Amino acid sequence: MAEVLQSISNSIDPYILQIFVNIGIAIILALGLNLITGVTGQLDLGHAAYMSVGAFTAAIITINLNLPFSINLLIAGTIAALVGLAIGFPILRLTGDYFAIATLGFAEILKVVFLNLDITNRALGLSVPPANTTIPMPFYVWMITILVIVGVTFIQNSRFGRALKAIREDEIAAETMGINSTRYKNQAFAIGCFLAGIGGGLYAHFIAYINPSDFAFMKSIDILNMVVLGGLGSIPGAIVGASVLTVAPEFLRFMSEYRMLVYGALLVFLMVFRPNGLLGGVDFRKMVLRIFFGKKEKKPNVTIKAR
Amino acid sequence: MFLQQLINGITLGAVYGLIALGYTMVYGIILLINFAHGEIFMAGAFVGLMMVTVFKMNIFLALILAMAFCMVLGVVVERVAYRPLRNSSRLSALISAIGVSIFLSTLALLIFGANAQGYPAQTFPVSQIHIGPAEISTLQLLILGLSAVLMIGLELIVHKTKIGKAMRATSQDYQTAALMGINVNRVISFTFGLGSSLAAAGGVLVGLYFNAVSWNMGLMAGLKAFAAAVLGGIGSIPGAMLGGLFLGIFEIMGVAAGLSSYRDAIAFAILVLVLLIKPTGLMGRKIQKKV
Repeated sequence: MAEVLQSISNSIDPYILQIFVNIGIAIILALGLNLITGVTGQLDLGHAAYMSVGAFTAAIITINLNLPFSINLLIAGTIAALVGLAIGFPILRLTGDYFAIATLGFAEILKVVFLNLDITNRALGLSVPPANTTIPMPFYVWMITILVIVGVTFIQNSRFGRALKAIREDEIAAETMGINSTRYKNQAFAIGCFLAGIGGGLYAHFIAYINPSDFAFMKSIDILNMVVLGGLGSIPGAIVGASVLTVAPEFLRFMSEYRMLVYGALLVFLMVFRPNGLLGGVDFRKMVLRIFFGKKEKKPNVTIKAR
Repeated sequence: MFLQQLINGITLGAVYGLIALGYTMVYGIILLINFAHGEIFMAGAFVGLMMVTVFKMNIFLALILAMAFCMVLGVVVERVAYRPLRNSSRLSALISAIGVSIFLSTLALLIFGANAQGYPAQTFPVSQIHIGPAEISTLQLLILGLSAVLMIGLELIVHKTKIGKAMRATSQDYQTAALMGINVNRVISFTFGLGSSLAAAGGVLVGLYFNAVSWNMGLMAGLKAFAAAVLGGIGSIPGAMLGGLFLGIFEIMGVAAGLSSYRDAIAFAILVLVLLIKPTGLMGRKIQKKV
């Protein structure tokens, strides 16, 4: 089995393969942030920090212990979730923009701390040895990605997920209905950070070199762009957003140095013309039903507001 | 030693305060964290530099032109990227602001290259003045004096003029202000122009002080100035100045105490502490939670 997969991954153009793996990792990160920002409505401007926690944990484990990669990833995710909880517990009491600013502050602090720790090799960063897996990395990443997509779908459609949406729509009303908003927000935050940690671990082993500066403010913003561009709170949206924003810079590569210029302008234009994201306000299940079964449902024109 | 560091800290803090004013005014009126503000500060530094190096202008003239240029830039950015999003979710406006920020910093990278550039020597004659054990340079005096003048000017505009009154009304209640016959769009444009010109002044002063202007200087300065605005209580103009000064002093003191590798973390550590203890900042208004 492993040999077959290996030969398949060898036969694909490495450049294409790399983009695919990047998309997979981006989807995991975007879905994690989507749970915090899209579903629960807590704007998180420091998601890359939890990713860096996962990345460094996984890298250090691989370097020192060489555990099986799945266990390694679980540990990395758990540590990221614990760090997220430690940060989230005090600041989730803050509302709206104050929470966003606090996440930004903590992310910058974490980055500077990592830049000064010996175990993360300070500003030099870490070279990460190949992951200890039997399956080739691209397939491994996509296996995890699919697991995450399924898991997050279950979470969002569960009682728990509905409680989170209630908090997003109106926290006070949700509390009146008996939802313990602090607990739910913390749990959602921890799950989001767990996914960030897993994404970070995969990223570290795929890129094979990590540096604390890779996980700076702009990385958090990249992930946020994916979630908002796709449509807040929508899983297909996050997947589309992650894919589009990972592929877009590659398509824009022919413009070489003008790439980021166009990227910036593109963000502005997309927001001006689709303020709720590409798939914002689109009910994906109903859309599929309509396409395949021709069912026409009158749907109310609902737009999702962040706050 | 302490006095010397205090002087350095206040100088840096005055510049943070200048940038923070733009954040705080814009947030006070349309509740948007204007992430492109740091880039406007960078643009101001570059325009000033161009005026001095290419057109051989006097530094004060260059400063005024940079402020004028950024005033226009700020208004244009608001027109293009924020006004169409006035009624959509605030997160969309935030992403739009980030798009503008990426656009402007990349534009600067393309035009001016990746290397930091400095103002030519003798742009502003620097000499040291001794005050007891410490010394203060004429440049530091210029920064402090100019910041003070600009801040007092801003206070006068906000509190003594008609447009200032309109600004205050709009920040209190956007809709009611519009009902009272205030041209809200013009007030918002004016606010952006005002904030951007202050940021440009800050940019030229920072360029002179550190003698380095680069395409990516806006990001960190913007984030720190934003931290200063929150520290002082976002939406409050005196708060932004106070927050800037606090942040500058703490940062320089931290570096003097041997924490120089944690320099960038100091500002954010203070920010987080303030948020946890008093989320509305030092001078922010308490907002009642209404059902």
